[in-house]
Amino acid sequence: MEILRPDTLSEALEMKAAHPGARPIAGGTDLMVELNFDRTRPEEIIDLARVPELREHGRTNGTHRIGAGVSYTRLIAELGEQLPGLAIASRTVGSPQIRNRGTVGGNLGTSSPAGDGLAPLFASDAVVEVASAERGARRVPVAEFVTGPKRNALADDELIVAFEIAPAGGPQQFAKIGTRNAMVIAVCSLSVHLWPEERAVKACIGSAGPTPIRATAAEAFIAGVLDEHGLWESRAAIDPAGVKEFGRLVEAGARPIDDVRGTAAYRHHALGVLGRRTLQWTWNEYRGEA
Amino acid sequence: MRLNVTINDAPRQADGVWEGESLLSALRDHLDLPGSKNACEQGECGSCSVYLDGELVCSCLVLAAQAEGREVVTVEGIAPPEGGLHEVQRAFVETGGVQCGFCTPGLIVASHDLLNRNPRPSDPEIREALAGNLCRCTGYEKIIDAVRLAAERMAPAEDSAA
Repeated sequence: MEILRPDTLSEALEMKAAHPGARPIAGGTDLMVELNFDRTRPEEIIDLARVPELREHGRTNGTHRIGAGVSYTRLIAELGEQLPGLAIASRTVGSPQIRNRGTVGGNLGTSSPAGDGLAPLFASDAVVEVASAERGARRVPVAEFVTGPKRNALADDELIVAFEIAPAGGPQQFAKIGTRNAMVIAVCSLSVHLWPEERAVKACIGSAGPTPIRATAAEAFIAGVLDEHGLWESRAAIDPAGVKEFGRLVEAGARPIDDVRGTAAYRHHALGVLGRRTLQWTWNEYRGEA
Repeated sequence: MRLNVTINDAPRQADGVWEGESLLSALRDHLDLPGSKNACEQGECGSCSVYLDGELVCSCLVLAAQAEGREVVTVEGIAPPEGGLHEVQRAFVETGGVQCGFCTPGLIVASHDLLNRNPRPSDPEIREALAGNLCRCTGYEKIIDAVRLAAERMAPAEDSAA
């Protein structure tokens, strides 16, 4: 096994091109478990923790561009106000030790449907920036980037460089089901982001399908209710029947399986509850902003 | 491979470290620092917690090679160099926060980190900060008592009147 230690992004991309089988490591919270348990023995490991470009974030034309190597702790501290949905989800990741090391880039690379950082990206239509030495950078919408359980659109010679995400346009929430408030892989989760300017509610189901899943039927239904009754303008309460139907459609939008963390039936049920709750939390916050 | 790392303020070198080895293994098996404990090897239990460049991490999830040229502080580096115990350690002993002792090194480092960042933590803040450290003996109450006691003793004098 060989450890490659690039100091710049272009060096890292050259190394990845020369060694397409190399496994990148940043926070190590996924790869180290595989190494410790003898599940992987890559020929090369590329240590991305020393690449400064991956640890930067900034804002251009209103959109945040966040390096793949920015830790959850930094996301919460440095971007919590602009990206509350992602920050709430980040705070449910692991423990302080894990959040100090783990990154959204890692969540994207692993592409587990249970990655807590993914659903908020889907509910904000984030874009993933990947790059290779040969073809340069390309931008992939997150919903096209994650293609299946632990599968994604990354080519062998590419690395995940950053993600682009709009600052919150309204209230955002994230809720997660698990046995504890810490160190939990989600049984299921839900992100709900309000976008008043677009007159849209975007909801993404986590850990209850092969990928994170946008609850498009629930989104279309509630957009209709809000429009029909002029609720974006009046900021009046959503009729309880509307909240209930939103929850039912979130529940129906999941495609879960039975596994060690929970049954499919439980996940469907829990997502209905989370749908009602997160819609009400965000809507009540929106009403309070008037 | 050869690993060069500053540990507890002293430059150290270890030879024969395997490229895929964790920092935890390097500390315990190559650098004669067995204070950090090896239990879950997957970041669940926190018993291997150390500082890496001032950040609290699970050393089982850091590739030893990633620590090259960096600064590590282990539980062995928490007590004052002139001898005796750190206030956090003393508080754990006095409150009964130490029982079998296996989780203690990780909890000492995690509590030390919490009180560095937040000298007067509330109970929910203590619970959140220690959520990544498992203890199977104490039921955690004595550990939380220990952190409260250490906070009280370490707090600047002007604060303790408040």
